[in-house]
Amino acid sequence: MSAPSNPFQAEIESAVELALAGISGASSADELRAVVNQVTGKKGALSSVKSSLGRIEDVEARKTVGQAVNEALSRVQESADRRSAELKRATFAASIEADRVDMTELLLAPTSSGRRGRMHLVTQATERLEDVFIGLGFQIAEGPEVETDFHNFEALNMPPSHPARSMWDTLFVDADPQGSVVLRTHTSPVQIRVMQEWEPPIYAVMPGRVFRKETPDATHMPVFHQIEGLVIDRNITFADLAGTIESFTKAFFGPGFTSRLRPSYFPFTEPSAEFDIRRPDGSWIELGGCGMVHPRVLTAAGLDPEEWSGFAFGFGIDRMAKERHGIEDIREMYSNDVRFVEQFS
Amino acid sequence: MKVLLSILREMADLPADPEILATAMNTLGMAVESVDVVGTPVNGVVTARIVRTEKHPDAAKVTRCWVDAGDGEERHVWCGATNMGPGDIVPLATLGTVMPDGREISRRGILGIDSEGMLCSPVELGIAEEAAGLLILPPDTKLGISPFDALGIEHDVVFDLDLTRNRPDCWGHLGVARDLAAHFGVALTGPRLDVAPLGPEKSVPVSISAPDRCGMFSVTVISNVTVVPSPQWVANRLSHLGMRPISNVVDASNLVMMELNQPNHAYDHAVVSGFDVRLAAEGEVHRTLDGVDRRLSADDLLICNGGDGRAVGLAGIMGGLESEVTASTSELALEVAWFEPDPIRFSVNRHNLRSEASVRFERGVDPRGVETAVRRFFAILRETCPDAVLHAGATRVSNEFEPVERVIEVRTARVARSLGISPDGGRMRELLAPIGFGVEPMPSGARVTVPTWRPDCAEEIDVIEEIARHHGYDALGKSVPKSAVHGRLSTMQQRRRMLRRVLVGLGLDEVMPMPFLAPGEMSGLGLPEDDVLLIANPLVAEESVLRTSLRPGLLKALRYNQSHRATRIGLWEIGHVYPKGKDALPDETEQLGVVVAGATAETALAQWNAVCDALGIGANLEQSRVPDGLHPTRSASLTRGKKVVGVVGEVDPVVLDSLGIEGRVSILEIDLTVVLNEEPKPVQAREINRHPSSDIDLAFVVNDSVPAQTLQRALRQAAGKRLVSIELFDVYRGKGVADGARSLAFRLRLQEPSGTLTDAAIAEVQQACAAAGVKVGAELRA
Repeated sequence: MSAPSNPFQAEIESAVELALAGISGASSADELRAVVNQVTGKKGALSSVKSSLGRIEDVEARKTVGQAVNEALSRVQESADRRSAELKRATFAASIEADRVDMTELLLAPTSSGRRGRMHLVTQATERLEDVFIGLGFQIAEGPEVETDFHNFEALNMPPSHPARSMWDTLFVDADPQGSVVLRTHTSPVQIRVMQEWEPPIYAVMPGRVFRKETPDATHMPVFHQIEGLVIDRNITFADLAGTIESFTKAFFGPGFTSRLRPSYFPFTEPSAEFDIRRPDGSWIELGGCGMVHPRVLTAAGLDPEEWSGFAFGFGIDRMAKERHGIEDIREMYSNDVRFVEQFS
Repeated sequence: MKVLLSILREMADLPADPEILATAMNTLGMAVESVDVVGTPVNGVVTARIVRTEKHPDAAKVTRCWVDAGDGEERHVWCGATNMGPGDIVPLATLGTVMPDGREISRRGILGIDSEGMLCSPVELGIAEEAAGLLILPPDTKLGISPFDALGIEHDVVFDLDLTRNRPDCWGHLGVARDLAAHFGVALTGPRLDVAPLGPEKSVPVSISAPDRCGMFSVTVISNVTVVPSPQWVANRLSHLGMRPISNVVDASNLVMMELNQPNHAYDHAVVSGFDVRLAAEGEVHRTLDGVDRRLSADDLLICNGGDGRAVGLAGIMGGLESEVTASTSELALEVAWFEPDPIRFSVNRHNLRSEASVRFERGVDPRGVETAVRRFFAILRETCPDAVLHAGATRVSNEFEPVERVIEVRTARVARSLGISPDGGRMRELLAPIGFGVEPMPSGARVTVPTWRPDCAEEIDVIEEIARHHGYDALGKSVPKSAVHGRLSTMQQRRRMLRRVLVGLGLDEVMPMPFLAPGEMSGLGLPEDDVLLIANPLVAEESVLRTSLRPGLLKALRYNQSHRATRIGLWEIGHVYPKGKDALPDETEQLGVVVAGATAETALAQWNAVCDALGIGANLEQSRVPDGLHPTRSASLTRGKKVVGVVGEVDPVVLDSLGIEGRVSILEIDLTVVLNEEPKPVQAREINRHPSSDIDLAFVVNDSVPAQTLQRALRQAAGKRLVSIELFDVYRGKGVADGARSLAFRLRLQEPSGTLTDAAIAEVQQACAAAGVKVGAELRA
């Protein structure tokens, strides 16, 4: 059985052709809408065919014509959609070109500087050091910068007029009795406070500002920064001190660096040592002092030296920043000169 | 402290390589600051006689010399020294000689007249550290030979050691040699002594009137002495050690001190017939060897002539001028004593008079070292006085204050707890006996007898340190403790770090001004200065006040940068301030200060908002409480109840003017002890209201005297539970608004907590807001 003939075939075809020509010729969205409407709208050619369907009696023929109309409608709609997208692209293309800017102009404009401020080099160094020690299992302890003689000296095994007190040029605060209040010469008084206030085991570092009566020069400032470490636990030995210094050395400076300990003297540690860091090129940096916490210091801080042992170490923070950035004169770091500060991101 | 290789190697059979010795000294805790080779002959330098000299009329400061170096040829040399004359034999550096400092001797002369060499001083030849002119050799010196050979100058090595307080023994070569000998496992032979039989008995009476200050005092008589220059080797060694050779007697005394850490003093026995050691009378005047009259205190110790009671020396520090040996001295009274260390140090500090002797006495010398010191002194003296006689009957007065050997029990378990090694008594003896400690092993460890030259070793832990040193620090190993503690920042520290990042995110740079201020600096900024603490011993008066505010430092830094034409100056500091407290210590707090040049209060408030947002904090803004030193009409206090936690606004223009700062300066100060220690509770999630919302804009005309915040609070209350947010989006002054008033436009976003917002509800809110405005004096604009 052949498909029933379609008496409207020619009419449909011509309507579609007309529509497609109009669509491709449309130069705006409005024009396009008008063209499509001419064919598919209520009064359009296809609509009239559609409205004639009811008059076709043969069911099969009616079906055939209906299908043809629908196909025609969707062909027109598809073509209109394509054209619509083309027209949109063209519109954007035109406005985008009108939008063109010189990006470098915007980059250089003062309003877009977007510059972050700078943290002081000492703060940056302190945070880096803190992070390394946190990684090694240490907490961060802080304390006052103006201290009692007890915390700064006496509890550290330096009773009044102890000769080792001359190792620090101390700035004293006017107080009664004179000499009882000092600007801390090291962050060691924080160690005493930590031992007094915390329960062992203690694994802590104490960064902070310290003071010495020193005339500023390229390597000295009356106000500078130190970080000290304190470990108090059961069965802590000298080997733990050496191992901790070594771990810190590798973590902070890099895997190619090693450390060594040389005998030295501090009133608050015994045995005491200086620790040096060996650079990968074989040269040495004298970094700081360390040792096993002196039994008298443990006792002064309320810990039983027969039960607890521990070690302490300390070194300058300013020097870390100075060496990292190749700063010749430490005073530069405290000049607060924006021109100096700006160099370091 | 300088030590010589030559002396060390006389005392023990040590390696000759200075590098090996320096490494060993560092390993043992004697930090080597420098290693200098001295007395190395300079090739090309020969002895020469000055034939004649002549001044040139156009060169007043130099002399023309004609010299004969023994080869019959007369050479012309320009010379800047003045201590030479015809006939003197001097060192001549011939043309082409490379001097120890690296310079090469060339023909280049003065006034177009060539110089055929250079006449040398001891300093130029590296023989001495200081000199007053040319080296003048003995008149019988052969010509044309090396002056080093002529003088018998030894090639030597000087180690400069930075000694620690716990090693008084190392202030003599003997102590250094003992440690090294133990380290290298070689015998310690000590100094060469004179063991000649003693002469007839000669005693000198000694009384100690201040026994608690002088534990031991000994005097030995030596007769048949002629005071002459020292042998060259003595002079050389003293020069290398930084001391000026004076005479055979004084030099022997000094060399013994340097070798044995045993200060001693040789008096002219004809002048000093006996000794009394007593405290000075308050105000007593004594002339020390350096020719200075010293006004003494009752705590100074004097050595006095037993005959007439006159002071002959400030004990342990410096001898007196009158009792010195002179060219005519023939009999010596040689004193070796032990003084209580601390009072010596106090005297030194009182008189600011430090000497080679006092440095040693204040650290502690060996009271048992007298015999060795006297025998060594005599050995050195006999090189120039072969007929000198050391008399028997030496006086040695001591009392209960003379230090004795300490006996300390050292437990193996205690060593293990400190060092991680468990030496038994036998091992302790191996380590300690070579440095002179007596070790008697016991089941628990050892009973250790500390030699009298180690006064620093007073308790068990001190001996443990000696064990560690001689076991070797490296050999103690490296381990990492197993910490049960976890590393972290405290909440406060985390919040401080966040705050730093907020500030740099705002484009602000951190500064660290000095916390010391000049008197009046705070009050000059309108800040109170009655609660400040002062530094008792400031470096300079301008740095004698401890800051109670960060503001002076920040404004100084701002001014500095402004004066250097910086264009973008926004500075912050987080630091401590130290106002006087109730107790001995100040009420120290941590503060934040922020200043921006050329910025207004708006900038400061934006910073405050950023900080509040980041830290989850807040405070009331009280413009009625004008903070000290801030702009009277453009600043406010940040308060919580009665407590002021900060200030915000602009710096008082009067203050800026007095500082010479141009333009406005915004300022924000926050007391961080309050805000960093707060830990906001975790915010609990709220379901988002997805019902439709609607915005209404309400503009009010309101007098300038009514703060915007007052109106906003009233509106917020009036809008009630339907209010989602309220924002002041426009402030207008001018046409259409009366003078002294402004229009404040708020945008309110409204939403029903549940259900749809109706037009009626919106109208209701609008009416309520209009009514609320009226109550605070604000009129809704049509």
